[in-house]
Amino acid sequence: MTDMQKLYLVVPLAPLAGAILAGLFGKLIGRTGAHVATILGVAVAFIASIYIFRDVQAGNTFNGTVYTWMEAGGLSFEVGFMIDQLTVMMMLVVTFVSLMVHIYTIGYMHEDPGYQRFFSYISLFTFSMLMLVMSNNFLQLFFGWEAVGLVSYLLIGFWYERPTAIYANLKAFLVNRVGDFGFLLGIGLVAAYAGSLNYVEVFAQASDLATQEMAVTGWPLITAICICLFIGAMGKSAQVPLHVWLPDSMEGPTPISALIHAATMVTAGIFMVARMSPLFELSDVALSFVLVIGATTALFMGFLGIVQNDIKRVVAYSTLSQLGYMTVALGVSAYSAAVFHLMTHAFFKALLFLGAGSVIMGMHHDQDMRNMGGLWKYMPVTWITSLLGSLALIGFPFFSGFYSKDSIIEAVHASHIPGAGYALFCVMLGVFVTAFYSFRMYFLVFHGKERFGQAHHHDGEHHHDEHEEEDAHAGDHHHGLAPGQKPHESPWVVTVPLLLLAIPSVLIGFFTIEPMLFGSWFDGVIFVGDNHVGLEELAAHFHGPVAMALHGLQTAPFWLAMGGVVVAWFFYMVKPGIPAAIQRTFKPIHTLLENKYFFDRFNEIFFAGGARLLGKGLWKAGDQGLIDGIAINGTAKLVGWIAQMSRLFQTGHIYQYAFTMIIGVFILLTFWFNRG
Amino acid sequence: MNFVVPDFYPAAAEIFVAIMALVVMLASTFARGVRWLAYALTQFTLIAAAFVTIYTLKGDVSYTFSNLFIGDLLGDLLKLLIYFSMAIALLYGRGYLADRNIDKPEYYVLALLMTLGMMVMVTANHMLPLYIGLEMMSLGLYAMVAFDRDSARSTEAGMKYFVLGALASGLLLYGMSMIYGATGSLEFSGIANAVYHQAANKTVLLFGIVFLMAGISFKLGVVPFHMWVPDVYQGAPSAVTLIIATAPKLAAFAMAVRLLIWGLFDVAEQWQSMLMFVAVLSIILGNLAAIAQTNLKRMLAYSGISHMGFMLLGLLSGVVEGDRHYALNAYSSAMFYAVSYVIMSLASFGMIILLSRAGFEADSIDDFKGLNKRSPWFAAMMMFVMFSMAGIPFFIGFFAKLSVLQAVVAAGYLWIAIIAVVMSVIGAFYYLRVVKVMYFDPPVDPAPIHAPAELRVLLSANGLAIAALGLAPQALMSVCAYALLASL
Repeated sequence: MTDMQKLYLVVPLAPLAGAILAGLFGKLIGRTGAHVATILGVAVAFIASIYIFRDVQAGNTFNGTVYTWMEAGGLSFEVGFMIDQLTVMMMLVVTFVSLMVHIYTIGYMHEDPGYQRFFSYISLFTFSMLMLVMSNNFLQLFFGWEAVGLVSYLLIGFWYERPTAIYANLKAFLVNRVGDFGFLLGIGLVAAYAGSLNYVEVFAQASDLATQEMAVTGWPLITAICICLFIGAMGKSAQVPLHVWLPDSMEGPTPISALIHAATMVTAGIFMVARMSPLFELSDVALSFVLVIGATTALFMGFLGIVQNDIKRVVAYSTLSQLGYMTVALGVSAYSAAVFHLMTHAFFKALLFLGAGSVIMGMHHDQDMRNMGGLWKYMPVTWITSLLGSLALIGFPFFSGFYSKDSIIEAVHASHIPGAGYALFCVMLGVFVTAFYSFRMYFLVFHGKERFGQAHHHDGEHHHDEHEEEDAHAGDHHHGLAPGQKPHESPWVVTVPLLLLAIPSVLIGFFTIEPMLFGSWFDGVIFVGDNHVGLEELAAHFHGPVAMALHGLQTAPFWLAMGGVVVAWFFYMVKPGIPAAIQRTFKPIHTLLENKYFFDRFNEIFFAGGARLLGKGLWKAGDQGLIDGIAINGTAKLVGWIAQMSRLFQTGHIYQYAFTMIIGVFILLTFWFNRG
Repeated sequence: MNFVVPDFYPAAAEIFVAIMALVVMLASTFARGVRWLAYALTQFTLIAAAFVTIYTLKGDVSYTFSNLFIGDLLGDLLKLLIYFSMAIALLYGRGYLADRNIDKPEYYVLALLMTLGMMVMVTANHMLPLYIGLEMMSLGLYAMVAFDRDSARSTEAGMKYFVLGALASGLLLYGMSMIYGATGSLEFSGIANAVYHQAANKTVLLFGIVFLMAGISFKLGVVPFHMWVPDVYQGAPSAVTLIIATAPKLAAFAMAVRLLIWGLFDVAEQWQSMLMFVAVLSIILGNLAAIAQTNLKRMLAYSGISHMGFMLLGLLSGVVEGDRHYALNAYSSAMFYAVSYVIMSLASFGMIILLSRAGFEADSIDDFKGLNKRSPWFAAMMMFVMFSMAGIPFFIGFFAKLSVLQAVVAAGYLWIAIIAVVMSVIGAFYYLRVVKVMYFDPPVDPAPIHAPAELRVLLSANGLAIAALGLAPQALMSVCAYALLASL
């Protein structure tokens, strides 16, 4: 094993070591020990990633097996790494954001009794995510995929005394199961037809797979594979209609909302599709499917952000919408734009989430925006960094979000794939919606009248359980500010990560757009078929980041964004009565949005109810009658009977034992002699 | 006729153990008061024997004592495993014996002589030393089973074992004489030669094989020669049960390999179909009967019957319609199974010893109730053992089952594989029941566990090894394949 290979191993293993230390020996090493161990682990991973990044920059990529677990039926099950430009970028993003979140957590969780457990989980998450992105085969990809899902489940339900948290983590788990089912089918198809789980070996056969049809059904194989894999991505990256778990995942502590449910895990689906670009490029049907799903998510989830009052939920819906943008980019073969947006989004969305967390701490764990307002005076660092994050999110020129989002919109514009027209409409309107809800949140939280310390609004849905408790302990500091109390700025462990995340949120787009989108960075990693436009047309019109930003000032997306900001300012700063009036006038639409298009209700009635009905039918007729009655209890009785019979033989009398042996010899003799 | 001094070098380990057994006997006679002496000397002997074996280990095959003795890699590897499992078994059992006041020096002398018997079995190249080794091992075991002479159960078990063992020895000896009659040779290569040239009388040969099969089956404890197993396992002191369930299985495996594969490979299809009969019956009966047991030792006895049946699946799928292509794979899977079983068996009986105290046997499944509350660590270890025995992935037992099953499927006996898998599922019930009572039932006796540190440490290592070998089974598999390859 070369030194570089050892270094590759260090990257995932250092956080794992931290997780084990904090998780198993948490009591022994104490709170300080837990955060020192895990932060050290992630810091080592981050530094190693930087070193690997430099190495990859110098042209040294790697693809090889580290450990072979077993070989069966011609398939080999391995742990292997594929270190190339895409991987190393993901490694940097994951380790950097994770490191920031680790530091931030010291401040955010410092009163929580589950301190060590929390650090152990987030380090374990970092390990799993790194295994996912560094994998060179489908099996390890699936392992990482499930492992991040598991940690996400554990963290959403971190406060396991809350029934809502338990409900949310169960929901996340079940919805992801639906996605994983598709994903597993996709992997199964790959294994069955390509006979290998190794990326490179599968990609080498891609064109061969494209000509095949699936047995029995006659479906084009490559389309079936891609759609199955994408269903997995839909679950993990929360695309309509498998998005329902992500807003509810906000029940978890804010640091993990930033790390897992915004910056990294939910982008695993995007990463996976970009990684599989040699397969997806061969199926226009699959790409169109991806495009339409992504466009729908981008626009319609944005709408929902408008009616939310919980600060974290606004950010959550914006995450859904931005994931939709990335998916749209995948659909129009602009994989590098999707990955580019993934990266910029990881920074500014983590920033926004951590900013929201800081606000929540300042407000003493009150998340309702209607109780905020005018916070800029009290929390200057949070205010400025959140403003920067919001500007990046709406795609203000020169900010990182501008470069990535504008590239996606241009790529959609250039594309001819079926569904591109619909997608263009969605992403354009989405720009307005994004700007509107972002700045609605910004104004409600940081500007306007100070509404804290007064009678509280309650988001009826989420704080039912806390409501009564809250009235009983009006001064309890976990439930919002008491009258007269002022919000306060968060400690440095919280503000430093905010500042450190603000830097890439503003700058990274400017510096990396050229190599990532139009340069040769992703050559040989991401494939764009000849029949797809991808980013070619954009590259022709690209004259450097400054020119792009200046040009951006004159284009429709910019004015749509500005329109959104102005409307938000007018509605919430100048005439605060308007939203209520609109709400009254367009009651049905508001109801539709309040209920999130009734997705949850539909799922509950149709899928859950249907499943229950089906289950009941099967239970009564199939289970109790057939399986329990005949198969299970029948066999169990039979087994039990045989077992009892065999006990009868075991009398303890030695002559019977000897007799049995003689009989055995007799049977062997007669049988084999008669056989000849 | 001139006497040639034989080459003692290949048999150095056997000679060393024989001398040490006598030394322990003498030492314990003259230093009766020093209680630890016999134990310490025995452990020293086992460890030193391992060094001697490793030192004398050679890549090639060597014969000595007029071809009665063979030194080869298979024998050396099995001997090392035998020392290893004996040393661990004695270590586990020491406190248990002391609590019951039966840690007499004679016990260790018997253990060493028994070890010597197994070594002779493993390195026999001839029917006679094989038989002598077998008797040496068995006599030691009979005495050890009845060692707790004040316990009616223990003496009864020893008596049964002795009488039935004598019967089985008689059958085996009869079989050997038939083989000699048919082939005119007692040496394995001579037998193989005669069979190959079809010089042997077919009827007499087959007759002999049937009786050999009875003897081997008795030592392995497979149906229908298994009747002694549950009674002896339950009746013997747990420390002795631990010994019966481990090293002798390796010796019996060696016996099966030497007799069947070395001597009678050319009539493989005859004995394979007999093995099929006993293996399938063992898997079925072992798993079904284990379900009805409430005594853990008895349950493990039946589970051992089914495990030995599984091991035989590997031995019976070597030759398919004259094609010997799969032989190495099949036999090494059987060996891997035997070794895995020994490792799991050590841990399972070790757990029973861990929970037992003076005047109390933790041999009922109920005694494991709520173990998680008393000691989460050892509950986890027991869970590893049970999962592994049930063949749940990522434990060594899974790979053991997987390897024999793939051998069976490769040989084309799909129906056997199906029966084996179905029976494993049924078998999972009683293993998982132990896990269930440990984690979900309230403890009968909430007292924390008191056990010597070395037992705790070694048992933990044993449990962890089951998990670790499940993650990296390849090395052990390769060793088994290599050992067989070098001596086939």
